[in-house]
Amino acid sequence: MKTLLDCHKACKVRIVKLNTEGDLKQRLISFGIMKEAEVEVLEHAPAKSTIEVKVGKMRIALRGEEAKLIEVEKI
Amino acid sequence: MSTVDAKACPIIANHIKVALVGQPNVGKSMLINSVSNAHLHVGNFSGVTVDKTEVLFDYKEYHFTVVDLPGTYAFTDYTIEERVTHEYLCAEDYDIIINVVDSTNLEKNLQLTSELLTMSKKVVIALNMSDEAEKEGIQIDAEYMAELIGVPCVKVSAVTKEGIEELIEAVILKYETPKNKPKLVFSESVEEEIAQIVWYLEKHKFSSTNSYRNVAINLLKGNKKTYAKLHDEPIWVELQPILIEASKHIELHHDSDDIKESFAEEYAAFNRGITAEVLKQKKIEEKKTLTEKIDSILIHPIFGIPIFLFFMWSLFQLTFKIGNIPMDYIDMFFTWFGNTVGATIANEDIRSLIVDGVIAGVGAVVLFVPNIIILFIGIALLEGTGYMSRVAFLLDGFFHKFGLHGQSFIPLVTGFGCSIPAYMSARILKNDRDRLLTLFIISFMSCGARLPVYVLFTGAFFASNMAGNILFAIYVSGALLGLLAAKVLKLTAFRGKDEPFVMEMPKYRLPTFKLIWHTVLTKTMMYLKKAGTFIAGASMLIWFLSNYPHNLELKKSYETKIEKAQGVAAKAALEHQLSEAQLEQSYLGTIGKFSEPLFAPLGFDWKMSVALQAGLAAKEVVVSTLGVLYALGNDVDQDSNSLVVAISKNISFPSAVAFIVVIMIYLPCFAASIVFTREAGHIKYFFYLFAFTSIVAYVMAFIAYNVTLLLA
Repeated sequence: MKTLLDCHKACKVRIVKLNTEGDLKQRLISFGIMKEAEVEVLEHAPAKSTIEVKVGKMRIALRGEEAKLIEVEKI
Repeated sequence: MSTVDAKACPIIANHIKVALVGQPNVGKSMLINSVSNAHLHVGNFSGVTVDKTEVLFDYKEYHFTVVDLPGTYAFTDYTIEERVTHEYLCAEDYDIIINVVDSTNLEKNLQLTSELLTMSKKVVIALNMSDEAEKEGIQIDAEYMAELIGVPCVKVSAVTKEGIEELIEAVILKYETPKNKPKLVFSESVEEEIAQIVWYLEKHKFSSTNSYRNVAINLLKGNKKTYAKLHDEPIWVELQPILIEASKHIELHHDSDDIKESFAEEYAAFNRGITAEVLKQKKIEEKKTLTEKIDSILIHPIFGIPIFLFFMWSLFQLTFKIGNIPMDYIDMFFTWFGNTVGATIANEDIRSLIVDGVIAGVGAVVLFVPNIIILFIGIALLEGTGYMSRVAFLLDGFFHKFGLHGQSFIPLVTGFGCSIPAYMSARILKNDRDRLLTLFIISFMSCGARLPVYVLFTGAFFASNMAGNILFAIYVSGALLGLLAAKVLKLTAFRGKDEPFVMEMPKYRLPTFKLIWHTVLTKTMMYLKKAGTFIAGASMLIWFLSNYPHNLELKKSYETKIEKAQGVAAKAALEHQLSEAQLEQSYLGTIGKFSEPLFAPLGFDWKMSVALQAGLAAKEVVVSTLGVLYALGNDVDQDSNSLVVAISKNISFPSAVAFIVVIMIYLPCFAASIVFTREAGHIKYFFYLFAFTSIVAYVMAFIAYNVTLLLA
């Protein structure tokens, strides 16, 4: 199983599943991070503590721990 | 609230009340600012401390009231702001919704639009930033879009003010025409389930202000309020199994076990469809956008943080260097003003109260307006350009180690300006524990009001070319201490799950002058209001405590001595002795003497102890109190050389270091304490904060005093 955290910089993936519930899931969805959405990894902060991704035209910052909950596949 | 609105717009017949909604960073505030002849009302949403901006204006024979609702990505209740918007849209009374949409990011923005369309309300869509979209080669067919989704769509630009009039016209037209059915259609499987629930509601003639379709969608989406309403109805018994069945079907269809996720997918599909129909992008450029280019430098894994630190350092240098220029003039003005007013008052006691108490006290506060304005401009620029979220991105890893959230950075930095807006901006943290933790350490970020004390002491003990660096060091060590305190609190009082970190990194924008001016003005006014109320009051109290009780015998004995004395210098020396002796036997002196043993381990004399206690009211009072206590009269500021000299003569270097440490850590001021209590939600937190900061301040000052004593 590959997660968003495993992705390298500039890699493009499609989201398969969000392995989370409740508030965080709603939060992700409201940012457009949902099943079938295509995501590009833009930047990693030092030690991958936070990552910046692009969904559609929006840039979103995520914590590494949260990126780990997002299951992805290569396009 | 409705009574207030009625007063503002007495003619109800032609009164249109508009709810302005949009996702964050779509230029909503700018759009509302670009309406000409508009009056801005800033207040609070009832019950919560979220800013509510209302704009009133007249157009033709209509009176408009536009309520600017906080930005929200979708109908979620994640933050207080989102909750306010959601509740307002569902429960409040308004005529029409203007949905502001960022034309350069249509599909994402339609997420909120499509949810608005499912409510049975009149909606007009403002396609904002249309000029920017055109530059990016994006073409939106507004007429076709209006036809597809069944609501008017108007291209506008808040920057060039294009289309504003057309938008108002469209609102009026929509207001005057009856509601039409929205054209938002879900997938077949969902529509089937909706139809079934609608059919059931129709059969039982269920009474509702909303359309049956709307009720059905709300039920399927699991809207708590709709559930609560239907739960007490007799039809619930039969409706419930139908709903369970319907949810199962939809979930099955979407291969998901979460109905909300399924609906989000439904909306996303609709938005994709609309965007594909109405939007044409000339050429898909793979070239990096400007924002991406800037980001590749500013959030660079290695250079990002040094660049940020450089920006902050420059901001403090500017605050110190430029802010000091107008200070002399302000000081001169207040001296002149005090003398002029004093000349008109015959009674000596009242004159002293007004001139030495009120005018001098308030003057000491106004003195820092230039510094504070520069700091606020800096912070407004950080926020307005979008750099603030980059900093949160860069620092989250670091902050997280101390149990804080990347977004805690925003209230913490604001804390360098003034603790009051800082406490208020902590609302962006949703998790209560994270917010409380941030609130507790905001006071470690030295606010602008502590600057005068620092300036006074650095001036007394360091060369002037070192002052800026020492000042920076004081601020940095305060911040580091705050982080350590956060870690300790996180491991003890605030243990628990962390708040997730998911935030938008908006496009870089140059904020308009008007917007910066507006924020800086409101914040500065807030500071000045504090000067006029709390600080004037505290100055009067300190004046009273330091002047009473009068000891006439003491005065007489000195007066005879002064008469006998030879030469001006000797007379002046005796006068100083008199005022010092008078102070010592005043109420303030008694308090200081009483608390002296408590502060003795820190190397403070009774004068410093009094100044610190007076500083609980406001930090600005510390300097004026020191001035009074070192027998120089009340009208002193940190620039008066005489006070600097008096301080360097009377206070030892280790005591001064300990004094700065206490100032750095203990409670900011009375007004901030009130705001803190309100934001934290309970008075008990204030007592925790008071105990926490006092103990830390005492312990740290004790260590600082003894270490400096050893080194010196």
